[in-house]
Amino acid sequence: MTTPTNQRILVVDDEASIRRYLRAALGAQGFSVYESASGEEALQSVLSHRPDIIILDLGLPDIDGIEVTRRLREWSQTPIIILSVREAEQDKIAALDAGADDYLTKPFGTGELLARMRVALRKQPSAANEPVFQSKGLSVDFAHRLVTVNEKEIQLTPTEYDLLKILVTHAGKVITHHQLLRQVWGDGYDDMHILRVNISNLRGKIEPDPARPTYIHTEPGVGYRLKV
Amino acid sequence: MNERRPDPDDLLKNIQAEETRRGRLKIFLGYVAGVGKTYAMLEAAHQRKAQGVDVIVGYIETHKRAETEELVEGLVVLPRKQVEYRGVNLPEMDVDAVIQRKPQLVLVDEFAHTNAPGSRHAKRYQDVQEILAAGIDVYTTLNIQHLESLNDIVAQVTGVTVRETIPDGVIDEVAEIEVIDLPPDELLVRLQEGKVYVPDQAARAIQKFFRKGNLTALREMSLRRAAERVDDQMRAYMQTRAIQGIWAAGERLLVCISPSPLSERLVRTTRRLADELNAEWIALYVETPQFASMSPEKRDRVASILQLAEDLGARSYTLSAGNSMDAVSATIIEFAHKNNITKIVAGKPLRPRWQEILRGSLVDKLIHRSGDIDVYVVTSADKPSVPAEENPLRLHSTPSRYLWSLVLVALATGVGMLIGGRIEATNLVMVYLLAVVFAAVYLGRGPAIFASFIGVLVFDLLFVHPFYTFTVSDTEYIITFIGLFLVGLVISQLTARASEQAEAARQREAETAELYDLSRDLASAADLESILSVLQKHLEQTFSRTIAILLPESNRLVTHSLSKGMSLNEEELAVADWVYRHAEPAGRHTNTLPAAQLRYLPLRTSKGVVGVLGVGKANTSDSDLSSAQRRLMEAFANQGAQAIERAQLEEQNRQIALLQSAEKLQNTLLNSISHDLRTPLVAITGALSALDEKDMEIDDATRNTLIENARGEADRLNRLVGNLLNMTRIESGTIKLRLEPGDVQDLVGTALEQLGKRAEKNPVKVNIPANFPLVPMDFTLMAQVVVNLLENAIKYSPQDSLIEVTASLDDSKARLQILDRGVGIPSDDLSRVFDKFYRVQRPESVSGTGLGLSISKGIVEAHGGEVCAKKREGGGAILEVELPLSV
Repeated sequence: MTTPTNQRILVVDDEASIRRYLRAALGAQGFSVYESASGEEALQSVLSHRPDIIILDLGLPDIDGIEVTRRLREWSQTPIIILSVREAEQDKIAALDAGADDYLTKPFGTGELLARMRVALRKQPSAANEPVFQSKGLSVDFAHRLVTVNEKEIQLTPTEYDLLKILVTHAGKVITHHQLLRQVWGDGYDDMHILRVNISNLRGKIEPDPARPTYIHTEPGVGYRLKV
Repeated sequence: MNERRPDPDDLLKNIQAEETRRGRLKIFLGYVAGVGKTYAMLEAAHQRKAQGVDVIVGYIETHKRAETEELVEGLVVLPRKQVEYRGVNLPEMDVDAVIQRKPQLVLVDEFAHTNAPGSRHAKRYQDVQEILAAGIDVYTTLNIQHLESLNDIVAQVTGVTVRETIPDGVIDEVAEIEVIDLPPDELLVRLQEGKVYVPDQAARAIQKFFRKGNLTALREMSLRRAAERVDDQMRAYMQTRAIQGIWAAGERLLVCISPSPLSERLVRTTRRLADELNAEWIALYVETPQFASMSPEKRDRVASILQLAEDLGARSYTLSAGNSMDAVSATIIEFAHKNNITKIVAGKPLRPRWQEILRGSLVDKLIHRSGDIDVYVVTSADKPSVPAEENPLRLHSTPSRYLWSLVLVALATGVGMLIGGRIEATNLVMVYLLAVVFAAVYLGRGPAIFASFIGVLVFDLLFVHPFYTFTVSDTEYIITFIGLFLVGLVISQLTARASEQAEAARQREAETAELYDLSRDLASAADLESILSVLQKHLEQTFSRTIAILLPESNRLVTHSLSKGMSLNEEELAVADWVYRHAEPAGRHTNTLPAAQLRYLPLRTSKGVVGVLGVGKANTSDSDLSSAQRRLMEAFANQGAQAIERAQLEEQNRQIALLQSAEKLQNTLLNSISHDLRTPLVAITGALSALDEKDMEIDDATRNTLIENARGEADRLNRLVGNLLNMTRIESGTIKLRLEPGDVQDLVGTALEQLGKRAEKNPVKVNIPANFPLVPMDFTLMAQVVVNLLENAIKYSPQDSLIEVTASLDDSKARLQILDRGVGIPSDDLSRVFDKFYRVQRPESVSGTGLGLSISKGIVEAHGGEVCAKKREGGGAILEVELPLSV
C-alpha cells in the first residue's frame, strides 16, 4: 500500500535501533526520513529540513521531548507525534497540552503509527471547507447543525452538539479533557463530572451499543478521540 | 590454697582502663597560683610535640606573662568560643572544635574553672571528661585547694573559701599527676617581683592568702595527696599481680547525714577518713515521714549533700523509717549490718543538753545498738548558725487539734458528771484515760499529752475532795494523777509511733503499688505507641509533672510523647541528645546543662540507651524532685526502658520475618517471571528466524500464522512488563491515585476495547443501569482492573460461553460483578485467588503469572474498596469489585 508521497519526516529518538526501524518502515511508504538523536539537533533539523511531520521521543538525552515540543510550537505548526515508553497519563496530557498532535506508547504497531500520521497530516476540516462530516454512518451537517446516525436524525442538546463538533473537527486526534472543557464551557471550568455526564449522554444518543462505543473512544485519563 | 590468683574483676578493671580508647589525663598539680604549673605543662607539651605528637592548645591563660606567652608560640592555639552572658562575651574553650579537630593531645588550663552560664557543662572538668571520652589525651593544671574533699580544710587554714571545686572522683581516675613544687620562700619572692598573676579586684584577699603559713600548709597537702596517689598506683600494681598483705581487711564506712548544714563537713570528713583507711564508703539519709513536711530548702540540702557524697566517691542511699529516733537508729544499724559496715560516722548533736536528756539523741541510740560496729562522732570546731529546728509538735498538731483534745477532755468530764455520784472517783480516771487514747489515735502526740495533763487537772478540780481546788486531801490520789499522766504519755507515744510507721509503710506501699501498676500496664501494652502512652500517663499521675519521651530514629532523637501544652525547642533537643549520647542525666537541677527547662534521664537497659525521658516543672512549683521521688522515677524509667526495648526487639523480629517472606516471594517471582518472559521470546525468535531462513519454503498461510503468533506473543510480553511495573508501583507505595468521577459504562467499554482480540473468544454482555452514578476512581488504573478481571474470566471459560458484566448500587458502594460459566474456583481457593503468583492449578492450558488479580486487588484497595471471588450458582465464578461512592 505504498503511497507515492514526497513528504519529509523527522524522527527524533536517541535509540539507534528505533530510528533504524522507523527509517525502514516509513521509507518503504515513500517518505523521506531525517534523523536526530537529541533535542538540540532536532530543533536545528526542523529549521534546515522543514519536515512535514515530526516523530518525537520524550526521553531525550539533552532536552526533554515536552520542552522540545513547547519550543517548536513557538514558531512552527508542524504536526508532532509523540512516541514514548512513558505511559503515565500526566506525561501524555503534558505533551498534548504543550502542543503535540498525538501520542503513541511504545511498543506500537506500524499500522497504528501510519494511521496517526495520516490524521495529523490531514487538514483540519471546518464548516468552511467541508460542510458535512461523514464517517461510518455518522454524519454531521455543520451548516444545519444536523446530526444523523444511519440516516436517523438525532436530537442533541447544544452542549452535546458542541462536544461532538469539537471531536468531529479533530476526528482521529485525541482531545484532552482540559481542552474539551475549555472549548465548550470556557476558561477556568474544570468540572470532570459535567464532562463525563455529557459524554455519557452523547454516547447514549449516537452509539448503537454505548457499552462498546464505535465513534467516541476513551483515552483513559487523557481525553476522547473520534474514531474514523 | 597457697596460690594467689588475681581477682578476675580487678583484672577486668585494669584491662578496661588500658583498653578503652579513652584519652589519658595528666594533671599538673600545684599548691597555689604562681608555682609554674602552666609553664611546666607547656614545656611538657613542647617535648611531646618534638616526639611527633599532634598537640594543640584548647585553652590557656597566660596572664600576659612573657615567658609563658613565649612557650605558647609554636603551638596550634584553637580559637575560643565566646559565650554571651548578660551582654558580656566570656571566652570559653570550644569543646566541639577540640573533638572535631581530634588532636592526640590538648592542653586545657585551670581544670577547676567554672564555665560561663549557658555553656554545655557547668564545669570545665566535665568538658575535659568529654574530650577524654573522645579518645584525646589532655594535659591540665590544678591547684590543690580546688579539691572538693580538701575544700573545708583549705578554708580553715587560709580563711578563704574556694568556690570552684572539683569532685575527688575525677582525680581518682587520672592517669598521672605531676606535682609542680616551689618552696614558699621562692614563691613569695616571685610574688613580690610581680611574676604571679593577681586579679586586681581580689588583690587584698590574695595578699592575705599568700602568707608563708598558708603556703606551707597547702604545699604539704598537695605533696601528701600526690603521695597517696603513688600509693594507690602501687596498690593497683599489686592487685594485678595478686600481691596481698599490706592492707587491712576491707573497711567500710557509713556516714549518716541530715538536712543540717553540718552534714557537708561530715561527708568531707568521712571521705578523708575513708581515704586514710583506703575504705569504701557509703552516705545514708534516712527519710522520715517528716520529710514530706520539711521546707523545700532543707529537702534540696539533703539532695545536694547526697550529691556531694557521690561526687566525693561515695555510694549514696536513702531509706525510710518512722519519725522516732529509735526507728531511725534501728534502720541505720540494720543497713550497716547488711552492708558489712565497720564504722559509722555521725555528727555530734547540736541540741541543748536538756533536750538530749529528755528526748535522747540519735548518736546515743546508735552507740547503744551498734554492737561490733565502731561509731565515730564528729564535731565542729566553730558552731555555725544552725537554723532553729522546727518544733516537731507543730508539724503534726495545729492549734485546732489542741482544741479538739480539750473537747475530748470536756466530754470525759461530762460523762464523769453524769455517773460521778454512782462510782468511785478512781474509776472515773478510766473515762479520762479513754479521752487520752482517742486524742493519741486521732490527734497525735502533742494533743494527747496535753489532754492527759488537762485531764489530771480537771479530775483533781471536780472529782477529788476537796472539790474546786487543786489541793488534794487524800495523798493516794497523787498516785492516781501520776498514773493517769504517765499512762497518757506512754499511750500517746506508742500510738503516735504506730501511726508514723503506718504512714511510712503506706508510702512505701504506695510506691510499690505504683510500680506494680506501671509494670502491669506496660506488660499489657502491645506496641511502642501504647507503651509510651502508658509510661507517660503513669509518670504524669505519679509525679504531677509534665513529661516528654524522646526516642532515637535513624540516629536522631525524635519527640515521641509529650505532655499537653508542652513543646521542646532546638536547645532542649540538644540537651536530650547529649543525654542520649552520654547515657548520663542532664538538664535542670543537674550539673550538666542546668539552663535547660527540663531534667533529662537516659532510658537505660543492659544493652544501652533506648531513649530519653524529659521531666518538666511540677504543676505547683519549680522544686526539684525529692530523692525518694528521683529513686521512684528511676525505677519507672528502668521499667519503661525495658518495655521500649522489648517493643523494639519485637519490631525487629517482625521486620526479619517480613524480610524472609519477601525473599521467598522474590524467589517465586524470579522463577515465574523467567518462565513467562522467555516463552513469548521463544515464539518471536522462532518466527523471525523461520522467516529469515532462505532455504525454507514458506507458503503465505504459514507466514501469516508465524507473524500473527509472534505479534500476539510480543503483546503478551508487553502486558507482562506492564503488570510487573504496576506491581512494583503498588508494592512500593509510589502509586498515586488521580481520583475523578468515572463513568462505569465507559470503564467497561474501555476495558473491552483494550482487550481487543482477546475478548473475541467469548461473548460479553454488559448490563449497567442507565443513570448509574459516576464513581470516584483513577480511570486508567480501574480500567486495568476490569481488563484483568475480564481476562481472568475469559481464560477460565470455554469457547463461546457467555460472560456477564453487571453493576449495582449498595448503600454507599458501587458494585461491579463479572460472572462467567467457566471452571469456577475451588472453595479453598476463593480467598487466595487474589494473592500474588497464586494460580488455581487447572486447567493446564491456561498460562499467566497470576499477577493480574493481585494487581487488581492492590489497585482496588488503594481506592478504599474491596475485591472478592465467589462461586456462581449453576457453575462458574463471580469476581466482584466494590468501590465507595464517596471518598
